[in-house]
Parts: sequence; C-alpha cells; structure tokens
Amino acid sequence: MKTTELLVIGGGPAGLCAALSAAESGASVTVVERNNRLGGQLIKQTHMFFGSREQYASTRGIDIAKILEAELIKYSRQIEVLTDTAVLGLYEDGVVNALYKEEDYFKIKPKAIVAATGAYEKSLAFPNNDLPGIYGAGAVQTLMNVYGVKPGNNVLMVGAGNIGLIVSYQLMQAGVRVAAILDAAPKIGGYLVHASKIARMGVPILCSHTVKEAIGKDCLEKAVICMVDERFSPIPGTEKELEVDVMCISVGLTPLCELLAMRGCEMKYVPQLSGSVPVRNERYETTIENLFVAGDASGIEEASSAMVEGRLAGLCAAAKMGYKPADFDERFKGYAAQLKALRSGPVGEHILRGIEQIVSKEDRHV
Amino acid sequence: MRIEEHPILDFKRGKILNFTFNGEKLTGYEGESIAAALHAAGVKVLGESLNLHRPRGFYCAIGNCSSCLMVVNGVPNVKTCVTELKEGMVVQTQRGKGVLK
Repeated sequence: MKTTELLVIGGGPAGLCAALSAAESGASVTVVERNNRLGGQLIKQTHMFFGSREQYASTRGIDIAKILEAELIKYSRQIEVLTDTAVLGLYEDGVVNALYKEEDYFKIKPKAIVAATGAYEKSLAFPNNDLPGIYGAGAVQTLMNVYGVKPGNNVLMVGAGNIGLIVSYQLMQAGVRVAAILDAAPKIGGYLVHASKIARMGVPILCSHTVKEAIGKDCLEKAVICMVDERFSPIPGTEKELEVDVMCISVGLTPLCELLAMRGCEMKYVPQLSGSVPVRNERYETTIENLFVAGDASGIEEASSAMVEGRLAGLCAAAKMGYKPADFDERFKGYAAQLKALRSGPVGEHILRGIEQIVSKEDRHV
Repeated sequence: MRIEEHPILDFKRGKILNFTFNGEKLTGYEGESIAAALHAAGVKVLGESLNLHRPRGFYCAIGNCSSCLMVVNGVPNVKTCVTELKEGMVVQTQRGKGVLK
C-alpha cells in the first residue's frame, strides 16, 4: 500500500493550488488526476481571466495551467503527480482505492485528503435532447480547443451565462457559425463585455427563449425554439425553427462530490452552489476529520475562486498534519481577502448566501 | 471538420494513426481521444441507448456522462472521449451493456 501525507484528488485549478500551498508549508503531497494531463478544464480555456493578479488575471486559462505546472516542478521533491489515475473509493479506515489506466488497482493511505473533484455540465429537458449533435458547451470547447476539431457548421447556444458567451465567441474563432444564443432568463447572465463582443459579430442573443424540441433522425438537424413568459412557461405561437447541426447546452454545472457523499460526509443541497455539497468548517474540512474540499466540488464558482480555495484548503490540511507555518494567520487572511474580493457584486452575494448554509463554525466530525 | 487556422491556438498534431470503426478504415492523430478522431472523421453517432436503441453521441467530453461508451479492442464500456487513440485500434459500436470476460 502506498502512503503519503496529503492526497489531493483532482489536478485542476483547485487541486493544483491545494498541492502547491501544502507543499509550501512543508507537507509531502500526492496529486491524483484521472485524465492523462493536469490542468483540469483550464486546458481548454483560451480566454483571459478576470479577478486580480493573484489569480492570474489577464492570463489565458491555458497559460495558467502551464504556470501552475511550472510551479509544481519547483516542489518536485515534495509533490508527486499520478495522472491516468482515478480514485474509486474512500473508506472508513482511511484507505483510498485507486485505478491506474483502467487496469491496475492499488491502495493509498494518506494522512489527509483534499477533494478537488470539480464539476460536470448540467443537461436540459426537452424532447430529443439525447440526439448526437447536442453537447455540453464545455464538451464542445474541449473538442475545439484541445483537439482542434469543429463540432459542426451551425450552432445554437443554449444559455447566455459566461460559459455560453465565451464558447460562442470561441466557436466563431474556430470558424464555426453561431446561429443564435438563447436564455430562458429575461436578461443576459454573463458579463456584458462578453455579450457585446458577440452582439457586434451579429449573433442574436435571445432572452426569454428556450428550446421546445430537437428534431433529427440520427443526429440533430433542427431545433424548435420558443419564447417563455415570466414563469418560464412556453408561449404558444412563438415557435421558430432553426436549422442547426449542433446545440450547446450551457445551463450551469453540478458539483462532482460523489466520493465525499460515499465516504459519509454530511451533504446539503444548496441551490446557490448548484447542487449537493459537503458541510464544512471555515478551514475547508468536511464533517469527516482530515477530509478537506476545495473548488467546484464545494460549490460552483469560477476557476479564479477555485484556485484560492485550493490554496486555503492546502494550507489548512498541512497545518492539521503539523505543518503550520509561522505566518499561517497572515496567509489565511490573505486568501480569505482574495475570495472576498472575487465574491463582490451580485453573483458573489448569491454565492455567499450559499456558503453561509454549509459552513459551520465548530467542528462536527462524525 | 478540423480547425486549420486559429487566432490563438496552434494545433501541433502528432503522427497519423490508423484505426477502424465498425470495420471502416479511418485515421486520426496521436494524442487525441478516440471520440475526437471519430468526430473529425464525421462520425457523431458513437453508440445507442440500452432499451430504446436511440443514437448516442458524446455529451460531456470529460469522461463523466457515459454517453460515449464503445467497444475498443474487444473491451466494452470504454469512455472514448477520454481514451487516447492508438495505432491499429479496433473501435466498434456497442450494443447492450457489454460482457466482462
């Protein structure tokens, strides 16, 4: 059985930052990543980040992944990286079961764990929503920006949040036509700077619209869209047919925290955090002692806040194992201040209302 | 269906690999997923649903939704969206749940 001090599950922005932060405090870390490369979803994000300097603002996601990987090399004596390794289970005796390359099972016994397992894309219910050609917006981003393959010729984007807007722009950069972007909400959810860029390129952004139905034999051929009223009910007679071969669903993400639920962490459904998330204390420790969480797995936000949460969780997990740096309080407060700045504004207030529901002031280890 | 010119990205494609999809000879590039190679070759239907046999393509492309499961080199339930293409792979549409050997 393999032993390690801190096990970080997930090599995306939160996980890598947790590993770096814990190593900075002096801990030895093993990062396991189920994919064959590190960076999580940063590897397909060609847009520049917002936020401030600490979260690599004005740097493209793809380059942030490279910066974090370069930082890992600085700590190569402390941080071990296992790619192509999926964690399958966390057990009561503290043993973790993992699978390498879908073939070799092995066990890891860490002293503490940071689960930074990320999120997955939600679907949307409408007739024939399972037709090939209907993909998650992030999936299309992967296809285009990681593999250089066009998803099709003519795209309907469903959802005008930041992901919907950004992926629409990136589709056009790849030479793909975007027929329209629609959103059931009465106004655009994403940043106006993204929306106006797209509007200038002549793509209609249709608010108060939804997909009524997809049409196609083996693949998507047409989409029927319609207007919705203020209660999101379709308005009869407003249907319109669009000839599209691709539909991107960009209606939000759901935290991926099955491992935590399976281990018995107290979970709570929090709409503001987009799903079921673990109850935790202010040091990112769940109700299972020495099991920490960070990033989208603890509630959907942006990669910028995931990175700061990762730094915090790594700092606290290392401290719990005895690697408490002299400037612990300073570092903790610094990261907390960064999160506070990222969470200013109406979206941030919404997130904070969600976080209030899962953070307990005292430890509640079960 | 491949992107040849891009304002930000420079796709450094690996060497050309040969594989088959339901017996048909296709090519892809080293370093890409099976699903990406198939999509570039115009194959969007990767499988079918278990009960109603409806066509299935990938959905999440990050190995999470199981919509892209196929039989690869005789092994069923391979997540083709995250499995790297290799020279000579035999890729087939999966019917049913697959059998463990």
